[in-house]
Amino acid sequence: MALPQSAQIWDETSATATPVSNAPRLAPRTAVRYTHPLQPCSETARPQRIPQPTLMAIIKSVEGEFEPHPDAALVERVRGGDLMAFNTLVRKYERQIFRISQHITQNREDAEDVMQDAFLKAYEKLDQFQGNSKFYTWLVRIAVNESLMRLRKRRTGRMVSIDEDIETDEGSVPRDLADWAPDPEQNYGQAELAEILRKTIQGLPQGFRIVFVLRDVEGLSTEETAETLGLSIPAVKSRLLRARLQLRERLSRYFRRKKGLVETGVEK
Amino acid sequence: MTCKEFLALLDDLIDGTVTAETRAELQAHLGKCGHCEVIFNTTRKTIEIYRSHELYDLPPGLHDRLHAAIMARCKKC
Repeated sequence: MALPQSAQIWDETSATATPVSNAPRLAPRTAVRYTHPLQPCSETARPQRIPQPTLMAIIKSVEGEFEPHPDAALVERVRGGDLMAFNTLVRKYERQIFRISQHITQNREDAEDVMQDAFLKAYEKLDQFQGNSKFYTWLVRIAVNESLMRLRKRRTGRMVSIDEDIETDEGSVPRDLADWAPDPEQNYGQAELAEILRKTIQGLPQGFRIVFVLRDVEGLSTEETAETLGLSIPAVKSRLLRARLQLRERLSRYFRRKKGLVETGVEK
Repeated sequence: MTCKEFLALLDDLIDGTVTAETRAELQAHLGKCGHCEVIFNTTRKTIEIYRSHELYDLPPGLHDRLHAAIMARCKKC
């Protein structure tokens, strides 16, 4: 088969995006290594696959020790040349990858390019995915790196890193102690609220913003966030606390009780 | 427990990663410190709001463009 999965098949997939924040936490990662090479999509060009224990067989042999992530089977199918399985992964994660890219690049065109490049790279480099982490975490790492590269290009080669602009004490000691209105978001229309949230998070230093997005918005664990960004766990925790506090401080300008306006006199 | 000590454990309390003993200490502090209670509640609310609002929708047509790019790349395999 020259093209194993047609365009129609691509669109027929019923996979739906599941918000990561709502997805169940996954079983602890266990060192299951995938050893199959990436299978090219052209059957004629595909080398004979050497029989070896399937992933499911490996899993079965250690049954009870951990639960396999559903993506593992999809990844195996992609390695076997099943493009439809890759489409299922795309459908499942495209929204998250686009959001992450948009949060980092803060530019829609760049985010679109990053999303496309990240999935293409994942497809091409699937043989390098060893299964020590979840496919999604691996994909996020690619997207983060692509996003930072895109930023670097936009800034004409100047180095861009996730450590940028984090040397700030802003928000690390809460100053605005006014309570918020009950259900404060009800005071704003959807579009206005979204604009406030976007503007507020965009104002965070990049090194805090990325950690907050991965950890709190997209639901990665502290360990996965650390692995994805190449940071230590204490560094992730420190940045997350400061990101949360800074966001809280900034949102207080919009969400505090009206009484608080008079009492603190901070916001006119 | 001081407010500074409370703040250092704020994330662990929000994420539910504290021991029962520490949780009890933190809750005892919350019971008598209005400022920390506000910080705790509003920080938790901050996270909740960002989790529940999708700020960037997938642009229309992007999925199809990605599909086309993958198919094109696939032909070169």
